[in-house]
Amino acid sequence: MSILSEMSASLQKGKANDVKEMVQTALSDGLGAKEILEEGLLSGMGIVGAKFKNNEVFVPEVLIAARAMNAGMEILKPALASADLEPKGKAVVGTVKGDLHDIGKNLVIIMFEGKGIEVIDVGTDVSPEVFVETAIKEGANIIACSALLTTTMAAMKEVVSTVQEKGVADKITVMVGGAPVTQAFCDTIGADYYAADAATASEGALALSKS
Amino acid sequence: MSTIKQQYDARLKRVMDAAAVKEPDQVPIVPVFQAFPVNYGGGNIADAMKDFDHGAKAYDNFYKDFQPDLGWDPILMFPTSYLESSGITWFRWPGKHLEDHTQMYQFIEEEYMKEDEYPEAIKDFTKFMMNKWMPRSFANFQGLAKLDFRNNMWFGHMGSLAAYSDPEVIQTLEAMVETGKNLMDWFIKLGGYQAHMQNDLGIPLLYAGFAYAPFDMIGDSMRGTPSILMDMYDHEEELLQLIDLITEFAITDTIAGCSGKSTPFVWYWLHKGIDSFMSDEQFAKFYWPSLKKYIIAVADAGLTPVIYVEGAYNTRLEYLKEIPPGKAIFSFEYTDMAEAKKVLGGHSCIMGDVPAVMLTYGKPEEVVDYCKNLIDTCAPGGGFIMDSGTMIDDANPRNIEAMFETTLKYGKR
Ligand code: B12
Repeated sequence: MSILSEMSASLQKGKANDVKEMVQTALSDGLGAKEILEEGLLSGMGIVGAKFKNNEVFVPEVLIAARAMNAGMEILKPALASADLEPKGKAVVGTVKGDLHDIGKNLVIIMFEGKGIEVIDVGTDVSPEVFVETAIKEGANIIACSALLTTTMAAMKEVVSTVQEKGVADKITVMVGGAPVTQAFCDTIGADYYAADAATASEGALALSKS
Repeated sequence: MSTIKQQYDARLKRVMDAAAVKEPDQVPIVPVFQAFPVNYGGGNIADAMKDFDHGAKAYDNFYKDFQPDLGWDPILMFPTSYLESSGITWFRWPGKHLEDHTQMYQFIEEEYMKEDEYPEAIKDFTKFMMNKWMPRSFANFQGLAKLDFRNNMWFGHMGSLAAYSDPEVIQTLEAMVETGKNLMDWFIKLGGYQAHMQNDLGIPLLYAGFAYAPFDMIGDSMRGTPSILMDMYDHEEELLQLIDLITEFAITDTIAGCSGKSTPFVWYWLHKGIDSFMSDEQFAKFYWPSLKKYIIAVADAGLTPVIYVEGAYNTRLEYLKEIPPGKAIFSFEYTDMAEAKKVLGGHSCIMGDVPAVMLTYGKPEEVVDYCKNLIDTCAPGGGFIMDSGTMIDDANPRNIEAMFETTLKYGKR
């Protein structure tokens, strides 16, 4: 097995230390940073995402795989910076005002990053202004907001209207999700995209970024 | 017209019949309310937390319009008096941290126990709680970190007692006394409201006590959700040991705490065993054995566990059958009710699951249809209670009316 497929396999098992060492070895063996990222780390994360979607693995496995990916990224970052990689898209991700449930949001971030989309994590309890201003400032093409409470879902509508007010609706796609959110709700509030799970959301985000 | 006492008895019997998987005179209705009663009854959460009577008055107004078969007292309106005097770090609440006074308080998840602290917690749980967990959880109890009883024996000079002269310890002890008094005041008022529910409103109290899956006690209040999920990999043996330890005293404390209460219901709030949070093997190893033991022990003490199953349990239904028949009630959120009826029908009572989103954003006609369909699917043969899927905060009152009316009319035997 090549070191990159071994890396991918170790990442899927959440073996952070092994992944770290393998990235180090791969770099000293002269492999390119981009190749290591895509064929070692992202490919592993992609498989975890697909298995999560199919209920073959669950949140704990995604969390430890993400931890392993981050450990590898720590080592890879300096090399990546000089490889000047274009991210495939850029997303501002957070939970809406009043909502502190961040597990779903964090899974969305993990899956987005697993697809090579750059993420600006604005955290929890985020006001519509912060979502939109951050997106404008960072030149993001996606705002992804997560809500888990019936009382906070309404705040997603404000994100949509703030995007419109600031006149950036043609540049920024608003994605919504979280357990109580549905396609119908997404349509009612005029958001652009809904998915029921984080892996599908990341495929959607990738497609939106390409177009 | 029946008397209040007759109404009370009829409601309790209705629920107990359903719990025993019999067909009651009509389908009981027990929606799980959170912020709704207070906001509906003409109050707000901030004031209800500050002043018990404010919340009680709002509840009275709510109960004038809606009579569920089991009901809440204002227990979820935690009094700011004790939150303030203890300096609790777990919550943000309206009137202090939150601008919107109609919002519920918010629970803040943190690592109140660190990853490397399993060994000390297992070795001496009380010492760990006193020295580390309590000071992290309550800003005004920092002095507890300095207390220790272990070297008071034998050495003659009772060394650790000197700590009681430390200003921080003195401050802590004073804050604890004040907190105790604030809590006791509140308990007395709750007791008064419970008597009022029984004697004047004819509504049986929904809980004698509250319980949590032992895994969740560690997950919610000590390690946090992502951390405990990863601990299943990183600290397998230690996690299992701590679960065992906690299960033992949880059983004793729950049974003792429920003695002398007017109703037998013990509400178990389940959080982290949901379908997406762990695999079947993980559930069978980490989550279910301690919970099962806890439920059975409480049922054996003559109490009725009501298991509030958050999230989806579609892959876990067979496990629930391991609880002896007719002993526990299962309340579902996102679990498929038809499937639940198929698996648990004739064995255990099920509750559910009018979606909170529908109650908030939907139309009364949708609620009527949903309730009728639920009754058609789940009521035949008995063992069904009408309930909301999740806790109701900001529902449209017309939708709540539709839920009650449909259950009353369509749920008659
Ligand atoms: C874990 C949990 C908590 C934890 C949160 C820990 C954390 N760090 O997130 C704690 C204990 C802190 C908590 C607190 C509270 N909670 Co809570 N909580 C839950 C619980 C059990 C699970 C939520 C969860 O993490 N699910 C798993 C994740 C992975 O799922 P998910 O978020 O839906 O995400 C998936 C998809 O939706 C999607 N997705 C998510 N975001 C996005 C975004 C986009 C753009 C897209 C496309 C997709 C997408 O991808 C994810 C993975 O595939 C739910 C019950 C439930 N089943 O939902 C209650 C629940 C959400 N909580 C509830 C409540 C009431 C509260 C509190 C208000 C309680 C209180 N009074 O303190 C506080 C709220 C604090 C606040 N203001 O936010 C209620 C809400 C009721 C209502 N009326 O809406 C629920 C439904 C429980 C219930 N049955 O009543 N909670």
